[in-house]
Amino acid sequence: MPIRPLRISAYTLSTAAGDGRAQTLQALRARRSGLRPNDFGLTPIPTWIGRVAGLEDEPLPLQFSEWECRNNRLAWRGLITDQFRDAVLAARERYGAGRVAVVMGTSTSSIGASEEAYTRLDSDGRYPADLRRPIIHTPHSIGDFVQHALGLTGISVTVATACSSSAKVFAQAERFLRCGLADAAVVGGVDTLCGSVLFGFNSLELVSSEPCRPFDVARRGINLGEAAGFALLEREAESGCWLTGYGESSDAHHMSTPHPQGLGARAALTAALERAGWSPADVDYINLHGTASLKNDEVEAGVVSDLFPAATAASSTKGWTGHTLGAAGIVEAAICLLALEHGVMPGTLNLTTPDAACGPQVRSDNTAGECHRALSFSFGFGGSNCVLAFARPDAV
Amino acid sequence: MNAPLSVRIEGLSFWSSRLPGWQVAHAVIRGESAAPEAVAPRPSPTLLAPTERRRAPDTVAIALEVASRACEAAQRAPAELASIFASTHGDLAISDYMCATLVDTPTLISPVKFHNSVHNAAAGYWSIGTGSYASYTALSAFQNTFAVGLLEAVTQVVCDAKPVLYVAFDIEAKGPLATVAPSKGLFGVGMVLAPDVGCAPRMTARIIDAIPTRAQSRAQSPAAALIADNALAPCLPFFEAVALERSGVILRLGEHSSLDIAFG
Repeated sequence: MPIRPLRISAYTLSTAAGDGRAQTLQALRARRSGLRPNDFGLTPIPTWIGRVAGLEDEPLPLQFSEWECRNNRLAWRGLITDQFRDAVLAARERYGAGRVAVVMGTSTSSIGASEEAYTRLDSDGRYPADLRRPIIHTPHSIGDFVQHALGLTGISVTVATACSSSAKVFAQAERFLRCGLADAAVVGGVDTLCGSVLFGFNSLELVSSEPCRPFDVARRGINLGEAAGFALLEREAESGCWLTGYGESSDAHHMSTPHPQGLGARAALTAALERAGWSPADVDYINLHGTASLKNDEVEAGVVSDLFPAATAASSTKGWTGHTLGAAGIVEAAICLLALEHGVMPGTLNLTTPDAACGPQVRSDNTAGECHRALSFSFGFGGSNCVLAFARPDAV
Repeated sequence: MNAPLSVRIEGLSFWSSRLPGWQVAHAVIRGESAAPEAVAPRPSPTLLAPTERRRAPDTVAIALEVASRACEAAQRAPAELASIFASTHGDLAISDYMCATLVDTPTLISPVKFHNSVHNAAAGYWSIGTGSYASYTALSAFQNTFAVGLLEAVTQVVCDAKPVLYVAFDIEAKGPLATVAPSKGLFGVGMVLAPDVGCAPRMTARIIDAIPTRAQSRAQSPAAALIADNALAPCLPFFEAVALERSGVILRLGEHSSLDIAFG
């Protein structure tokens, strides 16, 4: 059943490719990757990463020191970029602090702080004094920090469904608004590089030793990245693109491998198109999950080539940002919004010879032209899928 | 404050090491029988292939147990239900393993432990075990996890006009992490909520401003002491209210708001 579209009255993103919308747009246009050789941690594995520069020298403002950690530093960087925080504070004035919900997505939240504590245990095996702060050693660290950083008092929740997390936040927020539990919602996601994900994905042999090459026949795996991104959803606003639909599904297949025919992905896509009231031919651009893992890209390319006309441009932007895991949903939603607003549909970096599963939709080069309707695909470990649908202000 | 959201409770489940099952817990809450002296062995996730049952993390074992029992109580086929899985801390044992292994032997991280470390592991195994393509989500909201997850379950029922499975669980913390994320034993609860038609008991939920702590519903039954040290303990007033046939219960949603639940 179609939903009533919601306005996205403000949004921002901070990734290795740039801080904020303008830098990101510039990087997309210039096809400038944010990836660099892995220099994270004491014994870096040979891979490339999307590391956000400068976080080490940017402590949180003193009043937020309870939440101090790399993940919340990146969250703060995101909140103060593109005047996003000001937009939320204005919404707080309009609706009241209790009527603006916070729905954050993450994969590992601030587990990096727990990892650090284990390297500095005291002689009794306890955490060092500066890290004895329970809120940063639990998944809701990010949701709790964002709520406090914005002075909000309504619902605050953290969604952690691996790589679909910060796509699913749009769905949950839409339900909150539809049920009258809030008048606006801050959605988003933050994930930071940490040992758990670098060595974890390495153990699964999913990490590439070279810059990732989504959908290329010679792709060798993923590059991990970190990012923060946020969007403000409201029922009514003077301007902004629209969230017109979403679809959520499960694969019922395997914890770390997608369903071979992409059944779950197709179900999520169908649900998103139904809620938006669109057919595949209405879609100008798809931001694919496109991690550059062997399986994901093959399955995803098959779904796109089966269902969409050749005129639909599809791409993965992981070559700019790396795979930002729980933040990928919001980052790629923001890239869709940039495509809608500026008519720049990014291609795929490092894609020279497409996988045999790719149809003409999967683009290497950027496509310039009017973009009225866009989809973003996010598929995660545990077979959690989410597809989001966005439209330009004049396309609803 | 919002207009109350109405759903039906089709079935409940409950499992903790000292109160293994809703019937046991129900009787202990009502003071009709004493809790078993022995600690119950970990439930076996029979949904999974035999080789995977023993290897399954505690989070998966407890979540699948209460998920299955809730579906049975509601007489609903699991694969048809969208699901909401909530856990305060997720897999504390695997988090301890990951942090400890990263200190000295990071390249020896177990790939299975890593993919089981995600907060949605239990939800993923449930989807695989039941063959369900329906959506699931996995949430956390620190000490408000049960109430926030319950609210999401209610909104999904109201928005999609379909029944959902709601599961909440927390396990025992291990190693140094236990000092900052304390939790003891295995504890999980589940329920199937359905649209507001039919003859199952009705439940309505609305958000209200936070009320003084002394006025909040507090666990006070003989069951309270048996689960008090698990991170999911804040859910007990809900189950006490059901077992004692109270008219409602108020759960903390955050510093400034509460979830006002009415039965009937």
